[in-house]
Amino acid sequence: MSLVLKNLSKSFAGEGKAQVEALSHIDLEVRDGEFVSVLGPSGCGKTTLLRIIAGLDHATGGTIQLDGRLIDGPCPRMAMIFQEYSLYPWRTVIDNIAFGLEMKGMEKQERREKALEFLELVGLVDFAGNYPYELSGGMRQRVAVARALAIDPQILLMDEPFGALDAQTRNMLQRELLEIWEKTRKTVLFVTHSVDEAVFLSDRVVVLTSRPGAIREVVPIDLPRPRERTGAEFASIRRYVLDHVEHSANPSKV
Amino acid sequence: MRYLRFLLPILLVVGWEIASWIINNPFIVPSLTTVIPILMHPLSTEYTLGTGSMVENASISIQRVGLGFLVAAAVAIPLGILMGRSTLLNDFFDSTIELLRPIPPLAWVPLALAWFKIGLTSIVFIIFIGAFFPILLNTIDGVRSVKKTWLEVATTLGAKERQIMAKVVLPGAAPTIWTGLRVGFGIAWMCVVAAEWLPGISKGLGYLILYAYNFGQTNLIIAGMVVIGVIGLLIDFVFKRVERRWFSWRGLER
Repeated sequence: MSLVLKNLSKSFAGEGKAQVEALSHIDLEVRDGEFVSVLGPSGCGKTTLLRIIAGLDHATGGTIQLDGRLIDGPCPRMAMIFQEYSLYPWRTVIDNIAFGLEMKGMEKQERREKALEFLELVGLVDFAGNYPYELSGGMRQRVAVARALAIDPQILLMDEPFGALDAQTRNMLQRELLEIWEKTRKTVLFVTHSVDEAVFLSDRVVVLTSRPGAIREVVPIDLPRPRERTGAEFASIRRYVLDHVEHSANPSKV
Repeated sequence: MRYLRFLLPILLVVGWEIASWIINNPFIVPSLTTVIPILMHPLSTEYTLGTGSMVENASISIQRVGLGFLVAAAVAIPLGILMGRSTLLNDFFDSTIELLRPIPPLAWVPLALAWFKIGLTSIVFIIFIGAFFPILLNTIDGVRSVKKTWLEVATTLGAKERQIMAKVVLPGAAPTIWTGLRVGFGIAWMCVVAAEWLPGISKGLGYLILYAYNFGQTNLIIAGMVVIGVIGLLIDFVFKRVERRWFSWRGLER
């Protein structure tokens, strides 16, 4: 039970006839139930990588396999959580969460009951009938998480989901995400540019180089959870990861 | 200054009345005391020179506008959705639409008469032309303004193309389409008055005020104009109320 990326590459048509290589030969295996972060400077192709796995973009080379089966296009066993603007403003919170169930043809009563379970999981039961614009940024991302979980995917793909939030809310949502992860045992592939976030959350951190995005280093984080951000071990791993990120952003300084 | 908005209308009424005393010619400036009785008896046929009551004329005009407006919406909304979704169709239709759009609806009158002869079809055609373009352009605009993330969320949650259309594109574009309908109705209402000046028409508010002119009844012209203005205002008010009720999320997408 795992997600396997083999030799995944992506190039765009750049200016003139030049091909811009966004991703180069990505080999990665994510085990079932694992929390893996993809970390890299902006423009390193980490979002592109996630979009390819979600079936929103196509790779120009290589394959994606989920439990041994090739994946090419959107797959119901994976759900993506975007950075922002992803809730439907004309739907109430509960109807946003029920969206994926509605697409599957589930009856209104049933899908609402199901949605309510996930609303409970993210602690927003009191806001079932509210509209997204009545919610804070952190609450909206909780709803987005609940909406993704509602279709019961095997893998959660998260594209800088807390990137637009203030530091405090961000830390809170990171802790909540870990609780949900421990409860639901989903596999999480989490894209971020924050070293702190990656080290706090993940079992492994995949550091990408920029232009083209290639795997520079895969760092296992063996710290027990809950992790203390101020601890010495946390700081040393953070330093270690940061060095890799900085070198991959400015390879000339190596 | 909550009441400031009422000042100018009051001054205009008083000024008008003073002018009517000074000029003392009811054909140029009829006293409002001769206009108000007409407005006070909208069901009476005694003031309208045998053309039927004010209410009857108004309801005929509303029916004509309603018919032309509905036909325009029924053509413009589907076409606009297709053009907004498909670059191919947009490229195909766009130049023709840009060419036809600047032609004022009234410039179509002679052609309408040549094609449809005198009668309801010609009137409806003129109104159709007036309402069509604002509805079409706003629909295209609304469909294009649907956020990419909204579409991608639906894709990753397993929505089929038809579901995306019905559950994301249409509700996402609805506020802008509604604006198009509102603007289109306003123009249609202007067109009906002029279209009722076509030869062979014998009912409607436009006909009534022109007929009143032929009899030198300026007070009836003024009364007819007031009714035309009030009806336009009321319908616009309804459009705005619906907009506030259904589409209050617009501008608050987060």
